[in-house]
Amino acid sequence: MEKSDNLITIAVTGLNAIDSPGPGIAVIRALRDGLPKPVRIIGLSYETLEPGIYMHDVVDKTYQVPYPAAGSEALLRRLQYIHEKENLQLIIPNFDAELHNFIKLGPVLKTMGIATFLPTQAQFDVRDKINLFRFGEQQGLTVPKDKIITSIAELNSCEAALGFPLVVKGKFYDAVVAYTMEQAQKAFYKLSAKWGFPIIVQEFIDGTEINIAVLGDGKGNAISIIPMRKLYITDKGKAWAGITLEDDKLVKVANDFVKATNWKGGCELEIMRTKKDELYIMEINPRFPAWIYLTAAAGQNQPAALARMAMGESQPVYTDYEVGKIFIRYSWDHITDINEFHQISGMGEL
Amino acid sequence: MYLKKNIATSESGFIFNPSTGDSYALNPVAIEILQLLKQGTAPAALKENILAIYEVDPMRLEQDLEDFMNQLKEANLLEN
Repeated sequence: MEKSDNLITIAVTGLNAIDSPGPGIAVIRALRDGLPKPVRIIGLSYETLEPGIYMHDVVDKTYQVPYPAAGSEALLRRLQYIHEKENLQLIIPNFDAELHNFIKLGPVLKTMGIATFLPTQAQFDVRDKINLFRFGEQQGLTVPKDKIITSIAELNSCEAALGFPLVVKGKFYDAVVAYTMEQAQKAFYKLSAKWGFPIIVQEFIDGTEINIAVLGDGKGNAISIIPMRKLYITDKGKAWAGITLEDDKLVKVANDFVKATNWKGGCELEIMRTKKDELYIMEINPRFPAWIYLTAAAGQNQPAALARMAMGESQPVYTDYEVGKIFIRYSWDHITDINEFHQISGMGEL
Repeated sequence: MYLKKNIATSESGFIFNPSTGDSYALNPVAIEILQLLKQGTAPAALKENILAIYEVDPMRLEQDLEDFMNQLKEANLLEN
C-alpha cells in the first residue's frame, strides 16, 4: 500500500469482540470517528474466530500475528512483513499480555517509521497486580491488601491476614471471590492452570464498581479522564452497560496516578467505592478498556487523541465531557463465508 | 437541608446523581417538594406551600416529609 498524505494507516489488536471483549473494535470506531483523515485499519489477530477479522466495514485487512509467548523477535518479523505491504504509521496494541513485546519493540518500530504511544516497561510494571499494593502505599493511593502466592499451602496465611471472603486473581486476567477455603483452593488451581504463577490473593472490598478511562501524555499530564459506573455487569464481571459520572474525587485519583507514574498512553483504573465513600484502586489495566468508545461519545475521544499525540501533534488537555452518557453493549450474529475462514486460517491474512 | 448543586432533575420527576450514576423517579407531590428544595425554600415555608395546595393533615405531611427527606439523604442527594 502506497503511503498517502490523505490516509492514516493504523494497526490495532484486540479484535475479539466476544462476551469478554477486547478493546480493538471500540478503539477503531473511535479512531474512524475522531481523526480528520480517512483511516485504513489493519487488524492484528491471534485467533481465527476473532469477530473483527470478518467485519470488513470496521477492519480493512487483518493479519495473524504470533502469540506473545513466541517473543518479540517473532513479532518483529511478522510486523516487518505487514509493514512492507501496508506502510503502517501507528500501532495500537490492546492486550495486557502482548504489551511487553510491543514496548520492547518500540524503538525499532520507530526507526521503521511506525509510531506507538505506550508506557515504559517501568511504568507498565509498577501498576502490575503483583506490585500494586506496594505502589499504592508509596504514592498514598488506597489499594486493597494482598498476598502474592505461588503454592496452595500459602492460602492458609492469606486466610489469617485477609479473612474471608477474599479475591483470588490470575496473573493477567480473571478473578474469583472465594467465601471458603475450598472455593479459594479451587480458584487457585483454575487460575494458575490458565494464567500461570503467581496468584494474587486480595482483600475483598464491597461497594460500587466504577471504571475510569485515562489517557496520559507521558509527562505527568492526564489528557483525558472519563469515569464510568457499571450499570449492568455480566457473570464475567464485564460492564454490559455503563454511564459517565462527574466526581472530582474520581478525577483526582486518576490524576494522582498519572502524576505518580508519568503514564504514557491509555489505561483503565478499576475502582471500588465503599458505602463510606472510600475509593479503592482494585486494578490498573495498562491499555484502553473495551468501553472506550464511550469516551468519544462523551466528548473526549481518547483513541483519536492518542493517535494525534503518537504522530507528533499537540493535544490539549480535555476539560469537559457529557455526564450521564450511557453505553449499552449488544450481541450481533455476524455472517461470513467458509472461504473467509479458510483464508485467515490458511494464509494468515484476510 | 438543600439538594446538592450537581443533581440533575427533570420536570417529569426524574433525578440523576452524576456522582454515583443513580437515578430515581418521583411522584407528582415529590416533584413539587423537590422544586421547592431546589429554590432553597426553608422547611416551614415548604410545609405551608404544600398545605396550601393539598388537603392534607399537617401531622401526616410532617411525617411524609420527614420520610422523603430521609430517603433523599439516604440516596446521598442532599448537602451535608
